[in-house]
Amino acid sequence: MDDLLSEFLTETNEGLAVLDVELVKLEQNPNDVELLSSIFRLMHTIKGTCGFLGLPRLESVAHAGENIMDKFRSGDLVVTPGGVSLILECLDQIRVLLVTLEQTESEPEGEDTDLIARLNAAAEAGGGSNDEASAEDLEAAFAAASVAAPTEDTPAEAPAAAEPVAEAEAAPAETVEPKKVEEPKPEPEPKKAAATPAPAAKSEESSVANQTIRVHVDLLENLMTMVSELVLTRNQLLQILRGQKDSEFAAPLQRLNHVVSELQEGVMKTRMQPIGNAWAKLPRIIRDLSIELGKKIDLVMKGADTELDRQVLELIKDPLTHIVRNSADHGLETTEGRIEAGKPEVGKVILEAFHEGGHIIIRISDDGRGLAAEKIKKKVIDNGLATEAELETMTEQQIQRFIFKPGFSTAAVVTSVSGRGVGMDVVRTNIEKIGGTIDLSSVEGKGTTLTIKIPLTLAIVSALIVACAGERFAIPQISVLELVRAASNSDNTIERINGTPVLRLRNRLLPLVSLRTLMHLDTPAEPTKIDVATDQVDAPEAEAGAGAGAEAEAEVKAEVKAEVAVTPAPAEAAEKSADDQFIVVTQVGNYTFGLIVDRVFDTEEIVVKPVARILRDIQMFSGNTILGDGSVVMILDPNGIAAATGEVELAEDVDDAATERHATRAGEAVSMLVFRAVEEAPKAVPLNLVARLEEIDLTKVETSDGQYVVQYRGQIMPLIQMEGAEGLKEKGRQPVLVFADNDRVMGLVVDEIVDIVEDRVKVELKSKRTGYVGSAVIAGRATDIVDVGHYLTNALNDWFGGESTEAFEDANGSRVLLIDDSPFFRNLLSPLLSVAGYDVTAVESAHNALKLCEDGQDFDVIISDIEMPGMNGFELAEAIKNNTRWSDVPLVALSSFATQKDFARGRAVGFLDYVSKSDRETLLNTLHDTLNEVRGAA
Amino acid sequence: MTQMSEKQSTKDADMTDGETQDFVTFTIAGQLFGIPVLQVQDVLSSYQITRIPLAPPEIAGSLNLRGRVVTAVDVRIRLGLEPRAEGAESMSIVAETEGELYSLMVDSVGEVLPLLTGNHDRNPPTLDAKLRAYSDGIYRLDDGLLVVLDVKRLLDYGHKSAA
Repeated sequence: MDDLLSEFLTETNEGLAVLDVELVKLEQNPNDVELLSSIFRLMHTIKGTCGFLGLPRLESVAHAGENIMDKFRSGDLVVTPGGVSLILECLDQIRVLLVTLEQTESEPEGEDTDLIARLNAAAEAGGGSNDEASAEDLEAAFAAASVAAPTEDTPAEAPAAAEPVAEAEAAPAETVEPKKVEEPKPEPEPKKAAATPAPAAKSEESSVANQTIRVHVDLLENLMTMVSELVLTRNQLLQILRGQKDSEFAAPLQRLNHVVSELQEGVMKTRMQPIGNAWAKLPRIIRDLSIELGKKIDLVMKGADTELDRQVLELIKDPLTHIVRNSADHGLETTEGRIEAGKPEVGKVILEAFHEGGHIIIRISDDGRGLAAEKIKKKVIDNGLATEAELETMTEQQIQRFIFKPGFSTAAVVTSVSGRGVGMDVVRTNIEKIGGTIDLSSVEGKGTTLTIKIPLTLAIVSALIVACAGERFAIPQISVLELVRAASNSDNTIERINGTPVLRLRNRLLPLVSLRTLMHLDTPAEPTKIDVATDQVDAPEAEAGAGAGAEAEAEVKAEVKAEVAVTPAPAEAAEKSADDQFIVVTQVGNYTFGLIVDRVFDTEEIVVKPVARILRDIQMFSGNTILGDGSVVMILDPNGIAAATGEVELAEDVDDAATERHATRAGEAVSMLVFRAVEEAPKAVPLNLVARLEEIDLTKVETSDGQYVVQYRGQIMPLIQMEGAEGLKEKGRQPVLVFADNDRVMGLVVDEIVDIVEDRVKVELKSKRTGYVGSAVIAGRATDIVDVGHYLTNALNDWFGGESTEAFEDANGSRVLLIDDSPFFRNLLSPLLSVAGYDVTAVESAHNALKLCEDGQDFDVIISDIEMPGMNGFELAEAIKNNTRWSDVPLVALSSFATQKDFARGRAVGFLDYVSKSDRETLLNTLHDTLNEVRGAA
Repeated sequence: MTQMSEKQSTKDADMTDGETQDFVTFTIAGQLFGIPVLQVQDVLSSYQITRIPLAPPEIAGSLNLRGRVVTAVDVRIRLGLEPRAEGAESMSIVAETEGELYSLMVDSVGEVLPLLTGNHDRNPPTLDAKLRAYSDGIYRLDDGLLVVLDVKRLLDYGHKSAA
């Protein structure tokens, strides 16, 4: 029997069994919307599959049943026992038809006009009247039944009246359905009448359905566990055998060895299946569709051998079928349409599956017409899913996402193929059920791409086993690009920038992460405490100040400093065998980094097991596994490591447009004040944070409470030195950057002010040193960006003690949520706000912000960036205003550029104010005003 | 308490005056503890353990028990007691909670005792807060007191802050 057919039988029988139960439940709870939808979907799936297999009789019955369900679902009909009985009757009829189908591999002859008529009558009339159908209803029934097989009408009429005559050979059936002629089919045995199999159904159930048995996954899991145990025991035996020569056990053990290996393989296989299995039906579906719809469709399948856990596979099968069907039906234009649009005549549907970063990605793309935003909008409004005003403020992608909402379909007519608005809803529900996500991107006129991401929890992966400080770890091979051996005398030497290890790899600077440090495998020395006694050496020289000789002298200092900086660097002391280390070059998304490990072993196939619940919040691990030798190792999660070590642009967003936008955003031009202090490497602060540049007379410097201070404009100004600086000199003049925070001022002592550069600043390496945001290339040189907030906090907290918030009493403890995707601005703004007395929580994406909301956190005011990848500020505001507990929390927009239009749009979605990112003063004032306003109102 | 008497062992009580429940007994820092025998899967004396970096201090690591990954928890540290002396022997009791296996590291595991439910007492309110949080009452024995450890609560990290 055709694989497809037998699968259909198995599936449909299962579906029917579920339907029986659910319908009875429905009768008891007629208002259970969830249940209604579920029943409707099952019905829809049965009908859909029948259509593709060319089973018009089954399809028409299912279609009629579905019609009623649709009415129930939309509330046009009230669920009555009569109605339910009718549907049950319809299910019974489907069963009867299935039995014949199984025996003869074709549908029984005959028609179900009576049943269909009654079903339709019920659908039309409302209630569960079992009365005879009117002529109109009959016609409607035929119309519905004939959608898939339009030629059926006339010849079908005859057998309808003559069911017993259905013994007639298959020949008439073939004329009835021209589609079938093309399919090679064994001649069905015309031995049974359609009417008679009913009793047989009871006794035989379905033999095809019985050919495969369903086993609970737990059972397989246990089996696998036992096999693993067996493998370990075998390994031990083999180990013992190796120690003995000429043992009589040698031969039997060898046999055991083979058997166990095969057993292991077999048990593994029971759970893993190539995704191609789920795709097997698709070529046929596409072929039938292309005939039915008159389109030329080319289905391309890539990565069919990607293995998936059986359970997961089962669950994505239906969604995949739906999507592909949708792509072909709605996505692709007709051949004429394509020619008109200047596209190749043959439309393409591409199906891809691959592993990526611990997930399985399935991508379905077509080069069709794309999603028409206008059509969707209209439909959204018609269906009351959103108002016109709401739509106005949405991005195209948001609007496109409406297709995942229940009860939504863009197809103008409800056909038998699709268009009842059930498809994408089912798809999303099923995928989310297994912890996956679905995303779509579509360009009108160019095509649509749907990306499904499924977690890999149960899948087998190949992993690289590495060791660090005597502990072994597994790294998913999929994220490993290459291995580099780092030796001090070779080309590959680990170099350090301010203690941050980097590697020159083929003319690129690769950021490195020491696994030892990351995992706290040793307790590293605190890297920031490096004010070693270089004071005496440098003090006399430094007196020259910022003179002509400053540069040469600074260089001397820098050298000294560089040495000092290197020695206490965290990894160095511990990794004494620094000349023999391995770097695992790892890729996460577009970000590549190197992981420093001590040793690299082999790769091994591992079964990922979830970690214990109590360890789940450690983001560095994606699971654990048992290696061949029986030991447990943790599986490193490259995503988690990347996120933990500073790469924050890992928003799960794969949307190209958003990434692009983001890229330009991250590189906004900012005026930076470049200066030197302590060491040669240039440092920079954003110019708009600096209130003034001053040169102070060192003889005026006083000491108070162990801190340098100077009288400045009638105030006492603390002088802060950069970390690692020696004490101030006795006389001469010293350049100072004055930072003012309302009526408080602070001077940051620098050696030389170099330049003011307007440049695009992108922090490339995040610094671990306190007092630094990170490093960026400014004016062609690697420059450390100083974290002004750190110094402000230090100075002002020390200075004002506990009263640091006198200027902003209202700020006291007010909780601020700051959302900005740029680490640069986050690191800049949050300390500033903290100093001003706010309790700041900073997150890098709108999603994280909403997560905080879900987690039950509360804030007094929310400041959000506008341009962010994924969900932007406007969308976030909307999300917050629409349906969260935060709807009353004032929102302030933060942006680097604000046009009048942006203002208007911001106001429309609920932002109270719009502040320029670089305007610190205004930001603080705005916050102040906003909070006062809210308080006044309260 | 009621929940415990429901779970009583099916074995006939050889004492005449009341029902008994079987407990696996063990000691930590000289104190006798007990866990209902039905919750115990295994008792281990020595095994290879893998450290888990970044885990809470009481998580000693993970181990392979017949193909299942078991998380080892040092009960001493979980209870806020002094760590075991360097090189001191320890034993482990493997228990399952919410589908996950945990190996509880204790000083030594004793015999299985049938205890009369009548000898059960509530925790004295003056008991150390940590112990009180994880204990399900006290049994009065002839030669001392036995603290019933509630495995589920002991491993409930959801309420870490509350404990």
